[in-house]
Amino acid sequence: MEGPCPTPAAAVLVAALAVMPSGMVRGDTAAGAYAVVGDAVPAPLTAAPGDPARGRAIVLNRQVGLCLLCHSGPFPEERFQGELAPDLRGVGARLSEGQIRLRIVEPGRLNAATIMPAYFRTGGLTRVAPAFRGKTVLTAGQIEDIVAFLATLKD
Amino acid sequence: MSARRGGRPLPALAAACVVLGFTQAAPAAEIPSAERRSGYEFMSRETRAMQDDDATNPAVLWLLDGEALWNRKDGAAGRACADCHGNARASMKGAAARHPAWDAAAGRPVNLEQRINACRAGRQQAAPLAYESRDLLALTAYVARQSRGMPVDIAIDKRTKPFLDAGRDTFMRRQGQLNLACTQCHDELWGRKLAGSTIPQAHPTGYPLYRLEWQGLGSLQRRLRNCLTGMRAEPYPFGAPEFVDLELYLMWRARGMKMESPAVRP
Ligand code: HEC
Ligand code: HEC
Ligand code: HEC
Repeated sequence: MEGPCPTPAAAVLVAALAVMPSGMVRGDTAAGAYAVVGDAVPAPLTAAPGDPARGRAIVLNRQVGLCLLCHSGPFPEERFQGELAPDLRGVGARLSEGQIRLRIVEPGRLNAATIMPAYFRTGGLTRVAPAFRGKTVLTAGQIEDIVAFLATLKD
Repeated sequence: MSARRGGRPLPALAAACVVLGFTQAAPAAEIPSAERRSGYEFMSRETRAMQDDDATNPAVLWLLDGEALWNRKDGAAGRACADCHGNARASMKGAAARHPAWDAAAGRPVNLEQRINACRAGRQQAAPLAYESRDLLALTAYVARQSRGMPVDIAIDKRTKPFLDAGRDTFMRRQGQLNLACTQCHDELWGRKLAGSTIPQAHPTGYPLYRLEWQGLGSLQRRLRNCLTGMRAEPYPFGAPEFVDLELYLMWRARGMKMESPAVRP
């Protein structure tokens, strides 16, 4: 990572212009393709809508979602929340569903140095443990559940 | 020690650029020597007290076994470590603080466990002890104990430099399904909380050590396997060159810090 970094919006825009006149970039994490527009993935990854209750359970589960290792959020019953990432409180008011989706699917697109895992990626990884090889951290359905849940965190 | 922020702020979104397919984390500056802290300093007062007092430090049980093994004749040569090395308190002073060290026969740096096993095989003509076996941990802890309080002093020269560089590369490389690099947590985010645990700086000054989570003594490589597993990366086998190179880098990175084996950790 050398040389001047363009701001994310500008960089995505430049990439977008270079790829498709419509302003869309194809995200490709070897798991599946999705269209990135600006700083969002506007279209859901599944036909079935996400379920916020399931999404909440995944976010709170430290073996499945892993979110609370780094993030805190409006979950008073949860002890030992992380302090490496923004509080998820109010994220549904700050970000659109599409913006939330990109931040889960491929956060490295906005911040190449991020510590947040790309939850929908299988390509370009090194020495993945055998149990996880070729698998995304979460499935498309689980990601839609989380997006639906985070969208409800309005304040 | 208060929950201090790590050496660097979290990378701001505004400073990001789009680079896909990268595997090296952005190189973080090495922690300046004035800011280097042992894992000891991030522990609770109770756990520190447990380490400090031989009456409460559970690793002391292994030290007693280690001393017995040191004096016991073994192998086809029928010799004890003590027959050649005499009193460990004098002869082994500083040995742990300078390992991994160059080994001419191996043609590469070896760690303390490998050094001990080389004497078992070559000098005692006994079978090498298995990694993480009670006997190898006990002997290693006993030898390492003789360096307590001494500064880490790793010799880097033309021969060892390539291995140091390989260890550093591993520390900087993103690995596993979570695509994290050691440097991201241990150079940039130390002092902050990953769920309930304060991220330490990853100094290897206390090994082998008693980890409360293990309820037993374990080597540095066992600790490194824990972090690799957390990253969902495939751990290297015990004794693998990659692991010894990483140990070499970690020791060099802790140069000048005081040895505290056998330590206690949460
Ligand atoms: C290893 C740490 C880590 C994990 C695990 C993690 N995140 Fe993040 N997340 C971050 C960091 C750090 C940021 C800040 C932006 C950046 O650095 O990329 C972030 C940013 C975000 C944002 C944008 C927040 C905002 O206000 O702009 C959302 C939404 C988010 N994460 C959701 C999640 C969800 C949902 C999970 C679990 C499925 C999760 N994260 C797991 C570290 C993590
Ligand atoms: C996601 C953050 C994270 C990553 C990535 C990570 N570690 Fe750790 N590491 C930790 C935490 C947290 C602890 C302390 C655990 C505890 O106290 O229970 C730790 C402990 C350690 C220790 C023990 C230090 C002591 O005082 O005994 C060493 C050594 C270490 N890590 C090395 C590494 C290496 C080498 C890598 C890369 C292969 C790595 N870690 C990757 C979070 C991380
Ligand atoms: C027959 C004599 C002999 C026996 C028995 C023996 N060693 Fe050694 N050991 C040596 C010699 C000679 C060296 C230094 C030369 C070398 O590198 O091999 C050495 C080097 C070492 C070193 C490196 C010291 C340093 O300062 O870097 C350690 C550690 C060690 N031995 C531990 C042991 C242990 C533990 C045992 C018993 C399990 C043992 N040795 C048994 C002869 C012996």
